[in-house]
Amino acid sequence: MIGAMTSDSGQPGVRTAAVRRPGDTIFRTLTTGAGLAIVIAIALIGLFLLIKAVPSLAADKDNFLISANFVTTDPNNLMFGIRDLLIVTVLTSLVALVIAMPVSLGIALFLTQYAPPRLSRPFAYMVDLLAAVPSIVYGLWGILVLGPALEPFEIWLNSTFGWFPLFATGNIPISGAGTIFTVGVVLAAMLLPIITSVTREVFRQTPVMQIEGALALGATKWEVIRTTVLPFGRSGYIAASMLGLGRALGETVAVLLILHSSPKPANFSLFDGGYTFASKIASAASEFSQPLPTGAYISAGLVLFVLTFVVNAVARSIAGGKAAK
Amino acid sequence: MAKRIDVKDLNIFYGKFHAVDRVTLAVPPRSVTAFIGPSGCGKSTVLRSLNRMHEVTPGARVEGKVLLDGEDIYASAVDPVEVRRTIGMVFQRPNPFPTMSIRDNVVAGLRLGGMRNKKQLDEIAERSLRGANLWAEVSDRLDKPGGSLSGGQQQRLCIARAIAVQPDVLLMDEPCSALDPISTLAIEDLIGELKKDYTIVIVTHNMQQAARVSDQTAFFNLHGVGQPGRLVEIDDTEKIFSNPGQQATEDYISGRFG
Amino acid sequence: MTTTASTLDRPATPPAFQAVSGSRKIKNMVATVLVVLAFLIALVPLVWLLISVIARGYQALLSSDWWTHSLKGVLPKEFAGGAYHAIIGTLLQTIVCAVIAVPVGVLAAIYLVEYGRGRLARVTTFMVDILSGVPSIVAALFIYALFLSTFGLGQSAFAVSMALVLLMLPVVVRSTEEMLRLVPQELREASYALGVPKWKTIVRIVLPTALSGVVTGVMLAMARVMGETAPVLVLVGYSKSINFNIFDGNMTSLPLLIYSELNNPNPAGQLRVWGAALTLIILIMLFNLVAALVSRFSAIKTK
Repeated sequence: MIGAMTSDSGQPGVRTAAVRRPGDTIFRTLTTGAGLAIVIAIALIGLFLLIKAVPSLAADKDNFLISANFVTTDPNNLMFGIRDLLIVTVLTSLVALVIAMPVSLGIALFLTQYAPPRLSRPFAYMVDLLAAVPSIVYGLWGILVLGPALEPFEIWLNSTFGWFPLFATGNIPISGAGTIFTVGVVLAAMLLPIITSVTREVFRQTPVMQIEGALALGATKWEVIRTTVLPFGRSGYIAASMLGLGRALGETVAVLLILHSSPKPANFSLFDGGYTFASKIASAASEFSQPLPTGAYISAGLVLFVLTFVVNAVARSIAGGKAAK
Repeated sequence: MAKRIDVKDLNIFYGKFHAVDRVTLAVPPRSVTAFIGPSGCGKSTVLRSLNRMHEVTPGARVEGKVLLDGEDIYASAVDPVEVRRTIGMVFQRPNPFPTMSIRDNVVAGLRLGGMRNKKQLDEIAERSLRGANLWAEVSDRLDKPGGSLSGGQQQRLCIARAIAVQPDVLLMDEPCSALDPISTLAIEDLIGELKKDYTIVIVTHNMQQAARVSDQTAFFNLHGVGQPGRLVEIDDTEKIFSNPGQQATEDYISGRFG
Repeated sequence: MTTTASTLDRPATPPAFQAVSGSRKIKNMVATVLVVLAFLIALVPLVWLLISVIARGYQALLSSDWWTHSLKGVLPKEFAGGAYHAIIGTLLQTIVCAVIAVPVGVLAAIYLVEYGRGRLARVTTFMVDILSGVPSIVAALFIYALFLSTFGLGQSAFAVSMALVLLMLPVVVRSTEEMLRLVPQELREASYALGVPKWKTIVRIVLPTALSGVVTGVMLAMARVMGETAPVLVLVGYSKSINFNIFDGNMTSLPLLIYSELNNPNPAGQLRVWGAALTLIILIMLFNLVAALVSRFSAIKTK
């Protein structure tokens, strides 16, 4: 004879035949609903972008994937593709990553291993301040202050290493420096706090035993870092960089302000102008009225959504794989 | 007020893990029963099953009966929240609510239960603090946060908080293990006074403490790693410590193992 | 028979500490220099940017009209009017966003920490991460597709707030989640042991204990969204005057003011651009400061 039973005072995972307080039921439903709302929000974003994009994609007279055109003035004769948007988006993000990744790694090491413990927090706060600056201010600074300062350097790069495709003359003049290169530099500054903050948290968690073990073997500080901190934090650092990449891919207004448009297609140079997915959409925002032309921009938004979804999912799986170990 | 507890054929599981095997024991009212035994023998688990606190751990499950004056606390119509209101608990580490003053800590159970009458609450706060031998030390700073007290005072505050809801039974899970000897003595004295009004079950690692405070003692043990814990024997404290019925109890008490 | 002095002087054992080899020393030095350099590099854009904005914008902020007047009736080349309408717009849009995002975010965090197990909880955690990576322009497009295109509503500040909700939610969920997990399990158990139901334990014990952390997280999240520009470009129109109606009409926020005045080539326009940028940064810093104060204030209280 078993007076057996399981119960649930609100505990999940355990079925219950017993009393349930109405307060608990209501509260539990409410919180679960809030969690569910987030899941639904993501689903709706994908769904609605798709619904609005499909008619325009069907009306597209060009090949969506390889066309460099984006002509939407005549709803009956839509010609648009994402070739250039994709090239410019990827190039700006890569330039940003190439600059931001090593610098962030250095900052994270500095904050966790080199800075005097008492100053580590204020120093970290200064780096975090970079994240508090809104992107439109980065854009302003990029085109009105940084760009003119970078211009001679970009001209020198172009004239000296022009034989290398990335530094070849682009589809816009360098004057004013509204180039992919300038955008990349500004994006790099925006990524620094993002990559640094995740990376330094991971570095902080390096087991003290490992560090002391290495020190006990007579390793120099750099050797300790190379043999313990870096291997331990590598996956976290890569995940942080992926998060940064996701952010760079979707950055809108800073790019919109800095990058000059170009009538010519992109030719894989860092001195090209043009639009990223995000800046293209934002540039046309005031003209959204007719469904079909607007749908063309929404299709670009859909591609951007999928792109950032994948990048963030990968970043998460890298970071999550570490935690599971 | 004080009620008796009868445990019959109690099995406790955590998911697939069988933690405690067929425990049967009786706790008479207005007495102190001590649970002793080596770490991991299930004594705390049994204690927590007496007011259904083990259910906080996901996957926990119980077979058998726990009767409070003949009423099964695991019957399907019984609300675990009601069970806990009747059977209070004091924990290993003092855990006053950090956002509340000393007074609010004491009457937290009543206020969260819906009592609003300020005068009545103040009376109960004073009575409970006196009951926990803490009134003299804190009466002049009832509005200070509970965390401002010393460890021993915090633990007595937690006892005051537990008795403020006027339970029938008081469960204590190693209440002195985080305290210094002087605070421990204060708590032990308090237990001696509380048993006039309450049925008390205390888990302790300290055998001298069991000998000092309890009327009867239950010895738990496990046969091996991964095996469930069992009740070896329960008897008058005097008998357990002078002439136990089982060799294992004797070995444990005389320090030959555990 | 004379034992040479040199033998006596020589140590019986080799020296205990051997010098670290030269190449290892150099590598160590180089690494140290590079790491310090990386930190200094990070300060360059920060300092440069702040100095540029302050130098070019501070004059705008010195006039009292800046804080009390809109640009209604002000000509593009006139040094007059102010950013009052844009400050109001920014605060209104951010507050409306917070009013919606905070309850949902806090409840979702409670679900994840207190109730969530199994598949839905895993999916929710994953989606919170994804949502935190959704670009602001995509959030704006989605609200456009849903509110304007599908429901046929007009442009409004409320649409902007809804897009901001999507951007704010994951920040609120993450920070609240972190704070709730810091609340010791013992406090929940103490409450259960007093016969307090779970929901009341969460609302009256767990949340108050985590409150300061939650508030800090909310302030930081608000600071983050108030600088967002993409949603205002897509979802609301520019206006030179004050508008308190979030459901109807154009409403200017500071980012929108910057963006519109960029097309004004007059020196007055440039001053407004940088003045608005400086104002926006000051506003964001204020929220950050309050957040820091709240978290410090509470740390003392819980100790």
